[in-house]
Amino acid sequence: MSAVPISTTPGTDDDAPVTSAAKPAAHRWISTAVGVVIIAFMLFPLYWMVNVSLQSGGGAVATPWFPAAPSFDGYVQAFNDQGRNLVTSLVVSLGSVVLSLVIAAPAAYALAQFRIRWATWVLFGVLITQMIPGIVVANALYSAFSDIGLLNSIPGLILADSTAGVPFAIIVMRAFMGSIPPSIVEAARVDGAGQLRAFVSVVLPMSRNALITAGLFTFLFAWGDFLFALTLTTTEDVRPVTLGLYQYIGTYVSDWSPIMATAVLSSLPAIVLLLVAQRYVAAGVTGGAVK
Amino acid sequence: MSTRADAGTLASASDAAARPPRDGVQPPSRGGRPARSSARTKARIAELAFLVPALVYLVLFFGYPVVKNLLMGFQEYTTKTFFTGEAPFVGLDNYSAVLSSSLFDKALLNTVLFTAGSILGQFVIGLAIAVFFRRSFPLNNVLRALLLLPWLVPLIASAAVWRWILDTDYGALNRALQLLPFVDGNPAWLTSTSLALIAVIGVNIWLGIPFNATILYGGLQEIPEELYEAGALDGATGWRAFRHITWPLLRPVVTVVLVLGVVYTLKVLDIILGLTNGGPANSTQTIATLSYVRSFKEFDFGQGAALGNVLVLLSLLFAVVYLRLNRKAVDE
Repeated sequence: MSAVPISTTPGTDDDAPVTSAAKPAAHRWISTAVGVVIIAFMLFPLYWMVNVSLQSGGGAVATPWFPAAPSFDGYVQAFNDQGRNLVTSLVVSLGSVVLSLVIAAPAAYALAQFRIRWATWVLFGVLITQMIPGIVVANALYSAFSDIGLLNSIPGLILADSTAGVPFAIIVMRAFMGSIPPSIVEAARVDGAGQLRAFVSVVLPMSRNALITAGLFTFLFAWGDFLFALTLTTTEDVRPVTLGLYQYIGTYVSDWSPIMATAVLSSLPAIVLLLVAQRYVAAGVTGGAVK
Repeated sequence: MSTRADAGTLASASDAAARPPRDGVQPPSRGGRPARSSARTKARIAELAFLVPALVYLVLFFGYPVVKNLLMGFQEYTTKTFFTGEAPFVGLDNYSAVLSSSLFDKALLNTVLFTAGSILGQFVIGLAIAVFFRRSFPLNNVLRALLLLPWLVPLIASAAVWRWILDTDYGALNRALQLLPFVDGNPAWLTSTSLALIAVIGVNIWLGIPFNATILYGGLQEIPEELYEAGALDGATGWRAFRHITWPLLRPVVTVVLVLGVVYTLKVLDIILGLTNGGPANSTQTIATLSYVRSFKEFDFGQGAALGNVLVLLSLLFAVVYLRLNRKAVDE
């Protein structure tokens, strides 16, 4: 992935139109200004989320445009009301990452490297899963989970939330593992490593980036899940923060600052991941879609 | 493909060659059929073992729900079922009940409007932003990364903040509109039956722009620079360059983005429930939300399943296109 999209190669003719290095610096900063305006528009709702969360005593009145006197009361209440739900979300999301990677990584490797005649069909199947609406899955899982006692349980949510992570992880990791030269695995096998050991000690370390990308997105999918939280939990015992937020909107509309504080807290993973792992995020967005 | 095939045979051959000496057994001759084929079978089983967990998971969490929904669509599946364990088959009763209700027509229309409106908006704006970011300018990368944020934040968090932004009396949008000279009165974005669907589509467009822009930007980067240089020599710049160079070469990516967008948008539920709960007066009810209401509000899982199956059918129409597009990518 090249960081800078366009660069001039020395020696080409001077008036290449799209190559904007030739343009005066001022012209390029105008583009930057336009870009900033676009992003400001797009990010306004997120700014508003933070702004409202920092307002004190935010009854249902017009929120000031800026948090001139920031107050953390909203966050205190959010932690009191939703702290437990945040922990639930964290546990479920981490569980879903582990489950999805354990299931998807070997499968991705098999689909990428082994000579399996029906591999294409498996891959078709994986792609088709994208077309199955969550509500259809929830509909069936509700009665199945109710029979085997997985309603209102962390394992139940981990299993259901991984319906987003597993297909995505297979697709992203398979694309990457296809580019590992078979000769490297062969070398390990000749040294006496079994298929599994070669996979664990050679393929997985080499696929580090793909694993991180798949893991990050699996985490975000499970963290952001709302449908399964809504349909597969019926009590307050196990309640992810997304559902907590939804019920907040329904009950507390007199005071928006704890609601927005909860929204900010529930958005933190996305923000943190984008800051520390931007290249993996970018790889995931394109990898999941076009492959 | 052929290198992979070689690797496969190599693998089983080296298995056969490497193992026997360690076991202290005579190495089988090259032509030793039983030893060789059993080693190969073993290797084959080891390979399949890699796929088993994924296959089991996919069958349980996608295959089973699809089959189960098909069955439930023909059953009277209500709260009673959970106590008695009985779900009598009722033929097409669920479907006729669902399809004949006036709410279905409304939900179907809303689904089509919601999907078409969302996709159109997301795609046009996303493409414009992608084309814009092809320019080289300071901070380009940083801004492009920030653009992803709305897409990564939990949908329900976005829905929550939009609810407040779109509030009739105190929402930021109406307060901004008040500053404009020609607007009078406060549009009731989420609480009027005529505006709610538009508002929900607007929010969904906002949500989809990052995805569209990022994928399309990736597609634009694949187009070789030389084509534009050559085009410029023939006088194709600006709009003409876009029409004759960018658009034709971007077509494959465009198709993928549009079909994926349709498939994802058809099943959207979170954002509608978070913003309007399908209201007011069902004006934002879609097939997906209606299926949720039937199953989990009214506990008529049979009707909920029937609606879910209608949704799957709609998606399948697009799936055909989707698979055709992906066949190429898969075969490579």
